[in-house]
Amino acid sequence: MAGPNSLFGPIDPATDAGYVDAPPRMGFFTDTSVCIGCKACEVACKEWNAVPDDGFDLLGMSYDNSGELSANTWRHVAFIEQSAPPSEAALDVLREAERSVSTQFLGMPSSTLPGATGREDRDLRWLMMSNVCKHCTHAGCLDVCPTGALFRSEFGTVVVQEDICNGCGYCVSACPYGVIDRREGDGRAWKCTLCYDRIGEGMTPACAQACPTQSIQYGELDELRDRAAKRVEVLHQRGVPEARLYGHDPTDGVGGDGAFFLLLDEPEVYGLPPDPVVPTRDLPSMWKHAGVAALTMAAAVAVAFLGRRP
Amino acid sequence: MAEAHPVGFQWVMEAKKRGATVIHVDPRFTRTSAVADDYVPLRVGSDIAFLGGVINYILQNELDFREYVVAYTNAATIVSEDFQDTEDLGGLFSGYDEETGAYTPVSWQYQGHEEHPPSRGEGHIQRDTAAGLQQEVHGPPVPAGKNRDETLQHPRCVYQILKRHYARYTPEVVEQVCGVSQKQFQRVCDAWTTNSGRDRTTALVYSVGWTQHSVGVQYIRSGAIIQLLLGNMGRPGGGIMALRGHASIQGSTDIPTLFNLLPGYLPMPHHKQHETFEKWVDAIRHPTQKGFWNNARTYAVSLLKAYFGEFATEENDWGYNYLPRLTGDHGTYRQVLDMIDGKIKGYFLLGQNPAVGSAHGRAQRLGMANLEWLVVRDLYMIESATFWKDSPEIETGEIVTEECATEVFFMPAASHVEKEGTFTQTQRMLQWREKALDPPGDCRSELWFFYHLGRLVRERIATSTLERDRGMRNIAWSYPTSGPHNDPDASAVLKEINGYDIATSRPLSSYTELKDDGSTSCGCWIYSGVYADGVNQAARRKPGSEQSWVAPEWGWAWPANRRILYNRASADPQGVPWSEKKAYVWWDAEKGEWTGHDNPDFEKTKPPSFRPEEGAVGVAGLRGDDAFIMQGDGKGWLYAPAGLIDGPLPTHYEPAESPLRNPLYAQQANPTRKVYDRPDNQLNPAPPEAHSQVFPYVFTTSRLTEHHTAGGMSRQLAYLSELQPAMFVEVSPALAEERGLRHMGWAHVITGRAAVEARVLVTARLRPLRIDGRTIHQIWLPYHWGGSGLVTGDSANDLFGITLDPNVLIQESKVGTCDIRPGRRPTGPALLDYIADYLRRAGLDASHYAPLETPGAGE
Amino acid sequence: MGVRTWIEGWPVYRQLTGTDPLGRGHAARSARTDALTPRTQEADSVARSVCPYCAVGCGQRVFVKDGEVIQIEGDPDSPISRGRLCPKGSASKSLVTSDRRIRTVLYRRPYATDWEELDLDRAMEMIADRVVKAREETWEDKDEDGRPLNRTLGISSLGGATLDNEENYLIKKLFTALGAIQIENQARI
Repeated sequence: MAGPNSLFGPIDPATDAGYVDAPPRMGFFTDTSVCIGCKACEVACKEWNAVPDDGFDLLGMSYDNSGELSANTWRHVAFIEQSAPPSEAALDVLREAERSVSTQFLGMPSSTLPGATGREDRDLRWLMMSNVCKHCTHAGCLDVCPTGALFRSEFGTVVVQEDICNGCGYCVSACPYGVIDRREGDGRAWKCTLCYDRIGEGMTPACAQACPTQSIQYGELDELRDRAAKRVEVLHQRGVPEARLYGHDPTDGVGGDGAFFLLLDEPEVYGLPPDPVVPTRDLPSMWKHAGVAALTMAAAVAVAFLGRRP
Repeated sequence: MAEAHPVGFQWVMEAKKRGATVIHVDPRFTRTSAVADDYVPLRVGSDIAFLGGVINYILQNELDFREYVVAYTNAATIVSEDFQDTEDLGGLFSGYDEETGAYTPVSWQYQGHEEHPPSRGEGHIQRDTAAGLQQEVHGPPVPAGKNRDETLQHPRCVYQILKRHYARYTPEVVEQVCGVSQKQFQRVCDAWTTNSGRDRTTALVYSVGWTQHSVGVQYIRSGAIIQLLLGNMGRPGGGIMALRGHASIQGSTDIPTLFNLLPGYLPMPHHKQHETFEKWVDAIRHPTQKGFWNNARTYAVSLLKAYFGEFATEENDWGYNYLPRLTGDHGTYRQVLDMIDGKIKGYFLLGQNPAVGSAHGRAQRLGMANLEWLVVRDLYMIESATFWKDSPEIETGEIVTEECATEVFFMPAASHVEKEGTFTQTQRMLQWREKALDPPGDCRSELWFFYHLGRLVRERIATSTLERDRGMRNIAWSYPTSGPHNDPDASAVLKEINGYDIATSRPLSSYTELKDDGSTSCGCWIYSGVYADGVNQAARRKPGSEQSWVAPEWGWAWPANRRILYNRASADPQGVPWSEKKAYVWWDAEKGEWTGHDNPDFEKTKPPSFRPEEGAVGVAGLRGDDAFIMQGDGKGWLYAPAGLIDGPLPTHYEPAESPLRNPLYAQQANPTRKVYDRPDNQLNPAPPEAHSQVFPYVFTTSRLTEHHTAGGMSRQLAYLSELQPAMFVEVSPALAEERGLRHMGWAHVITGRAAVEARVLVTARLRPLRIDGRTIHQIWLPYHWGGSGLVTGDSANDLFGITLDPNVLIQESKVGTCDIRPGRRPTGPALLDYIADYLRRAGLDASHYAPLETPGAGE
Repeated sequence: MGVRTWIEGWPVYRQLTGTDPLGRGHAARSARTDALTPRTQEADSVARSVCPYCAVGCGQRVFVKDGEVIQIEGDPDSPISRGRLCPKGSASKSLVTSDRRIRTVLYRRPYATDWEELDLDRAMEMIADRVVKAREETWEDKDEDGRPLNRTLGISSLGGATLDNEENYLIKKLFTALGAIQIENQARI
């Protein structure tokens, strides 16, 4: 029987899932400081994986018209427009214009922007981030899947098997990031596979291959974590103190993400949960309690039956 | 650049990673601004004032790269004493003719050349034939300047003229005209000048919205002056990069389908100027000029051999008289107005959608509705093919389907993977595409269509004895065909373009092999070498990782596979690199030749010390330090003594439509701009005319990353349409408040031509500017939408009227004035009444036209 | 399939006997998953092409199987693009394979309210007839001073800038020989 570590804390997920001599764990490092919001990742993903379109709705959330990750959007670029206090020059113009300009935040998720410092000479920031399934070390979706449709690959990634999924939807509520989703009309659950078919042959996932500025980097997770730490250092040296990593820490609530990020603001600004926890973290103790309860119930039933015997 | 050329932008990000400073100047905060080190918003249409300010800053502080400037530019050349500047004439240069609205540029010449002005005083003819375009690869034919003062002190040397011309473009004026703070302007000047010189170079990148202004060519000239003054031309990391927006738009001018050009920038003959072959050739080159254009006769004869083969002989002037003649302006906008007037019978649209993509969409559609026949070749059903049943004019009643006589053929086209051939990308590089598969159904390539159309037409005139049919009967039109559809062989056409020795059929290796005796044939002289050694050089695909950073073995760049033009300037006059770090090509004294990372753009064995004999012309007339080898004087031009219709120096004029009086000169707008004064092309009034306040806002348009031009290749695709699903308009919070516009609500933008509705995005990325004591609001729209496709909407280009740059006849479609109102626009005939009401209030009746010369200018 | 193979194919058996007792990894793999390969590997041919959208000139590899384009992606060898593509370039497969593409000739008669189909060869003949006729009706031999004009102003053309150089070359050559000068391109716009 698996130890408690299988459900929480730092582990090597492929080995834990029964792969002997598993290849190195592969993942994404998405560096939002070089993202130009072109959405090549969204399109390249859809072309390769034949993901249906997600509807033609203007959302008004800056240039984001996909809204969020969903069964039909496996890469999603968020756009956040931030106005810091205007510079003196801009203020001057505005004063002269004798108009009160209410600062507008069109991006998600809210207008409270902790840490939105920006450059002192700059009154506007436009943040962009390509979001994706995190391929958690402890993946709630996988842990709750009753059919074995979700599985852990030898690369440590989490993949839905479309030929197994029966559309029960348990995985949807188990994802702490709100990533996995059922497709309307199809019923099954869909999400990023980290291009399982491609990486098996040593190819790069479609989104990372297309990304013009290498905002999306694919590689061995250990190496990506090193690279990311160095990148943060460089940014700090270059006067970008707000640069920080997200999802890189193996001791966090999901045991670290296989897809992690360099952000320029608090995770909430990008619509990311600040402290995600895999819902199955407490499963072992729950099982223990549930077991006791079941035994008690069985005893009670037995007693009841016995008691009915004439 | 990040918006419209994201993959090219990887190199900017790469440079940034290595410490480069990225400055983005744009009216609107874009995805480029988001990652730039400094974002500089400015008023649309004020770029020359901004760049002129930088020129002034360089000159006032003597920050130019003096050794480079003296050696390689015309800074030292002395100009005619008859020249008068805009400072003296209220915004006009000397030589303005108010009758023609054009200049007689005699007084602009270098001293000593006044007797032989190259354009012989016919500025308006030059304008109508877009003669500026012929200068894409060279300056106009002028003789070398002999009178030079290399101390740059002579009051009439170019350097001093430049200094006086821009003296008033101070930081205060930049702030007043452009709305850019002095502090921010200072930062730009500092960054640009300190990052230029021996050890460092700065690149200037523009997108071709710059060309879509009534002073578009002069915008680019302004950039060129700065880059020459700072020594950034012909050097690695420097230059001016035009980010062109279509896969082979560079190719479309090199091997033009343009009314005024033949391949290789040879002019189409003009009935008066080029009556004979000799006159034509002599107009291309100046008999006493330096450089490679002096060999124009070899280019011309070889082209005619390619066109007419054995029927081009010395006796018949190489078939010159088969060529049709221009009489004036035959550009696409002239044509559309002629269509409205019923003068044109048939129209071919080849992968082009003017109903959405050209300025004044209503005029485009009304023109098409008045044709006898229209052939549309495209991948998808586009607005230009369906105007007769679903254009906006159907709704207003201006086009009635049952009364519209236009016969329309929709001929489905082959896609880029279903045919082979070359695209020329934005850095002049030809890349050959392999064919992946046959096109489906009736889809065919343009090559197939035109080859077979030509064949069918020739069948019809095969027995004609008419003189007019002789050219068509004698055209060299046999190309090998193959496959189930008899596709002509594209590589055979590329070989013809490359040129060959007629006797031996040997492909030529360079245009220097061309002859004027009829022994060589060459379809486009600047492309000669693309099939050198019988090898398709454009198909070379040596991986970038296996060759030097210049990557000379990937594709082929014209001319002669040079990746940086005028790269002789990357070394000093003695042929030594300006610095180790910026070494590119240099003189190897031991071997006695030019060498380096790229193909030297210079005669291989001409030493830096070479001085021509007195009176030498052409290539032999080039000194060993004449780096700009296509120019008539071998120099980079700070000052253009000829070749430009609207003046030798860029000067700030307001756009044709502007809410402001020109703060710098009495002359309001470009006095030589091309106008079409007609009731169906009303331009909104601009000061000093009355009623400009009816259209109080400035608007501009551009692209979104997610779409492509008129939408024919993007609004049809689900994966792109979902990313930007609706036509929208961006306004600042302040303007939203002023006009009562709600985020995500509807609004409509109104001009004298149209009212266009869109969803509103209220964003701080647009901001009002303080200009000359007034608050100016700017509005931005994407121009991708139209009535066909998965996502549809009104077309932003409907808002523009037709005013053209005089040099190249490109329309001013990046700036105009407008009103904006909340809610949707009226529909049906009520829309016409609505616009008529605006016209009435703006005083625009049928007889209205804005004078080219502003009263008070020229004094 | 033998009984033994059949049993080993049963996930629960694998789960109970293998290294993956929780059945979340190795043991959960379906036969389809085991057989997954990138479809580009099955291509019959790969053409080296160039993106048709903007003028950066990004390299593309076009994968074809059974006469269909199955994938278009960036060419890593290209020193221009290094294998990357923007959203439009990434959508190239849709551009080529979309069922919205028009694949047959369509014809609208004068005053008609809708399209009708037309045979391709017939359409070519009709267009050739119209070119010859328009040229004849609008031919100009000489100007008022007797200088040659040799032209027609009855025919216009406007080309997009996604045409190949070879195509533009033939277009200009043909129209010039026909005397049609109103030949324009996106490059003017």
